[in-house]
Amino acid sequence: MDTQLKEELSRQGIFTTTLEELYNWGRRSSVWPLTFGLACCAIEMIATTMARYDLARFGAEVFRPSPRQADLMIVAGTVTKKMAPQVVRLYNQMPEPKYVIAMGACAISGGPFKQGYNVLKGIDRYIPVDVHIPGCPPRPEALMDAFITLQKKIDAQSLTGPDRPRYLDVEQPSEFPVPAYGAHDLVPAKNIKLWNIISKNIPTGPTAAGDDGSGKD
Amino acid sequence: MHSPFVEIYRPIAILMIVALGFAVAPLITAWLWAKKFSIKKPGPVKNATYECGLDSKEDAVLPFRPEYYLYAIVFLIFDVEAIFLLPFAVSFAGLSLGASIVMLIFLLLLVEGLIWTWRKGVLVWV
Repeated sequence: MDTQLKEELSRQGIFTTTLEELYNWGRRSSVWPLTFGLACCAIEMIATTMARYDLARFGAEVFRPSPRQADLMIVAGTVTKKMAPQVVRLYNQMPEPKYVIAMGACAISGGPFKQGYNVLKGIDRYIPVDVHIPGCPPRPEALMDAFITLQKKIDAQSLTGPDRPRYLDVEQPSEFPVPAYGAHDLVPAKNIKLWNIISKNIPTGPTAAGDDGSGKD
Repeated sequence: MHSPFVEIYRPIAILMIVALGFAVAPLITAWLWAKKFSIKKPGPVKNATYECGLDSKEDAVLPFRPEYYLYAIVFLIFDVEAIFLLPFAVSFAGLSLGASIVMLIFLLLLVEGLIWTWRKGVLVWV
């Protein structure tokens, strides 16, 4: 429908909508998160759901204890390499459509533990993240901002065409490979289909004798 | 059709039907939507048994001993007995002979049950 006509009608007191808008409205107004906290960010996530901040205002009050009933995974906290396979498996077990908010510095990049041998440097190496929130930990307002950002993202999705959401695309996978514990690191260290950023700072080739960049991720 | 009974209960019947439809319609719509439109993407991890994200060790359906169940039933019976015994004890002096005999039969039945469960070995926790 023409946007101008729609505005004109709404000024006259006639509300018009499309099936797509109605569908997206339904999707974004009942995003149920998974009861899932990894570290201190989870405390802020819990605070967000409680009376003072009240995430329920946005339709996300029902934290589901099972991935089968959840739509949103809030990766709240440090993802250790011990925990990463479980996080990916939980994400895989969620039904479509599913969304991910990476909450806090650790979940988006490893945060203060980035140099640690045992911490994953961002969960987006294994699962597609919809919204990243920086902060250590982010305040409840930041989480709500991320949630509203996700709602706007859902609202803007068209259900057909090339830029339709992942879950409506037959080609797009619903499951992502679960990493396994290797001798030194998780194997694979990243999902190349998701994380294909080429590091320009690390020199490659025979001239870089000291550091060939292999151990970095 | 014009009996007063039908006249009185017609609104309630309509209300019931509407309420039932209100509850069932979304479920049917969701089911039809899942059958007709939604894209199915099953997978080995997605369909696996949910064990808090860990690899599931065994099947979710596994046999377990029914001892606890028997124990619970025996407990329930004697729990009810205790509830009956208290008023019996309180009003014991004022009871008629018939009431006392009835109560004693009740107790006897339960004591018999206790002996039976004892001999069956239910009370022994393995």
